[in-house]
Amino acid sequence: MTGDLAAATAPMLRVDGVGKSFRGLKAVQAVSFEVPRRGIVALIGPNGAGKTTTFNLIAGAMRPDTGRVFLEGRDITGLRPDRICHAGIGRTFQLVKPFGELSVEDNVIVGALRGTHDVGAARRQSAKILALLGLDDKAGLPAHSLTLPDRKRLEVARALATQPKLLLLDEVMAGLRPMEVDRMVATLRSLNEETGMTILLIEHVMRAVMALSHWVVVLNYGEKICEGTPGEVTSDPRVLECYLGDEAL
Amino acid sequence: MSGVSENRVLAGSPSTGEAARGGLIADVPRRALILLGLFAALLLVAPATVGDYLLSVMILVLYYAYLGLAWNVMMGFAGQFSLGHALYIGLGGYTAGALFVHYGLPPWFGMVVGAAVAAVMGGVIGALGFRFGVKGVYFALLTIAFAEFTRILFDHWGWVGASSGLYLPVEYRDTDDLWLLRGSATMFYYVILAMTAGAFILCHWLLQRRVGYYWQAIREDQEAAQTLGIDVFRYKMIAVMLSAAMTAIGGVFYAFYYNNLYPETIFSMHRSIELMLGVIIGGIGTLFGPILGAIVLTTLGEMLTGLTEDLGLDGIKQMSYGVALLVIIVYRPGGLWPWLRRRLGLEKPR
Ligand SMILES: Nc1ncnc2c1ncn2[C@@H]1O[C@H](COP(=O)(O)OP(=O)(O)OP(=O)(O)O)[C@@H](O)[C@H]1O
Ligand SMILES: [Mg+2]
Repeated sequence: MTGDLAAATAPMLRVDGVGKSFRGLKAVQAVSFEVPRRGIVALIGPNGAGKTTTFNLIAGAMRPDTGRVFLEGRDITGLRPDRICHAGIGRTFQLVKPFGELSVEDNVIVGALRGTHDVGAARRQSAKILALLGLDDKAGLPAHSLTLPDRKRLEVARALATQPKLLLLDEVMAGLRPMEVDRMVATLRSLNEETGMTILLIEHVMRAVMALSHWVVVLNYGEKICEGTPGEVTSDPRVLECYLGDEAL
Repeated sequence: MSGVSENRVLAGSPSTGEAARGGLIADVPRRALILLGLFAALLLVAPATVGDYLLSVMILVLYYAYLGLAWNVMMGFAGQFSLGHALYIGLGGYTAGALFVHYGLPPWFGMVVGAAVAAVMGGVIGALGFRFGVKGVYFALLTIAFAEFTRILFDHWGWVGASSGLYLPVEYRDTDDLWLLRGSATMFYYVILAMTAGAFILCHWLLQRRVGYYWQAIREDQEAAQTLGIDVFRYKMIAVMLSAAMTAIGGVFYAFYYNNLYPETIFSMHRSIELMLGVIIGGIGTLFGPILGAIVLTTLGEMLTGLTEDLGLDGIKQMSYGVALLVIIVYRPGGLWPWLRRRLGLEKPR
């Protein structure tokens, strides 16, 4: 019973001192943070700060050298990516990975088959998700024919189709026009508000970060340099300093 | 004739073409069903109308179509490259052949045992390759290594006749014995026709199921597939084992049709290559590609065999297979079927 209680009160995600080195390069060092249930947290930082690597450590694409990852209190450190998906984490790839020869719809069906054996049911579910992301008119096209912004949308659609409790989004707004950014922001916010989906997103588009996130974690050179509300971090001198010379802010 | 223009409308825009490549469509256009029906009817009545020679060619076509369909499960659907499929032909043929020669057991029993043996062998190769991350060309090399190793083993194994071969007794009888697979060419024709039709239907069915989607996801991007919750190792194993078992059943047909088995020929790399050529020419990953490829390649091969015998030129056949392959790779990289399907207006009506 104590286990159940712990699971019920634990945050959605707890990253505890994770680290990862590539041949001596410390890509991520002793990074810790939490994502509360139903929360939207942004992970920001300059290029090469270790954001994507942090995602890889959470989603099981890489095993951390140090530290642990907990999903609703359950230790998921080092599990295989498919196990982590079944545990409730969906992720997108910064460098998109569509199933090129399959149609857009079939891409999403593959994701939807996470929760069902029935292809018909998966197709009905994927139709809803495609409509949600504005991809319904492209459902029949082969995924390799999509433009980059549409491929980013497809990444989100496919991850959503697995019905995750926690969605990890790696720069899904990059390359979108301001209007499209607003639309994606609205979609994600309504998902969060209506279905209670927890979101952790990596984003360079500050407009989206400010509009969406309840909490922001800032990485630089693999280390967490600060965290706080969007208002707090954007006025933090350490954050401004690490972005100096970096035109992002 | 008015039906034609009507169907052209139904056939939809050509832009939806490529997406259907995986054949994940349940809604087949009416015209495709009609053509398929005609094709099937033609195949069914053929033995009554064609001569002995043509019948033997058609048996060969269907045999290669069957093997191509089997190889396509692994390579076309799941994206795992095997260059050693002769191994499974040999295992199926020898298992059923030896059980028949030594114990008088019917091929239908040998088929089950042979398929199981091949599936286990495929499983061993798959487990080794997939567990230790042997990928692409290196995985293909692993499959060749196993085929070669087995060939050498059979070359020295007295119970199966070693290098002098295993012979199935040929009886001359007026009646067809379907139970022991002894009989006329017509009987063998219908057997291989049923096998090919069965393999085709099985492949079509698999592509509509979760396993078919998962295989294609793995083929397209393994990392993305895994991230969507797919147990990649498990589904690759299913593909290898199923493909091996299907191929072995083809080997059983070979054994009982030709009545002789030599390790040198049946396990040869040459065989492995031959069975995949048709699929590449017809269209890897498609349902009809292996069949179309077998028709084209076998017809070409037969025509050239006639020619080389007349002219006394050796090696022309192999060379022209090479040329055919080259032409396809350069001009129709997806194979003939996706192109022909578009030509026939058989695209998904969307
Ligand atoms: N697989 C890998 N092998 C070697 N080095 C890597 C690997 N992945 C990342 N790195 C290095 O680790 C560091 C952090 O990379 P990461 O991709 O996590 O940065 P990021 O914060 O996502 O940057 P960006 O904003 O450009 O996407 C970089 O220096 C990168 O070159
Ligand atoms: Mg990154």
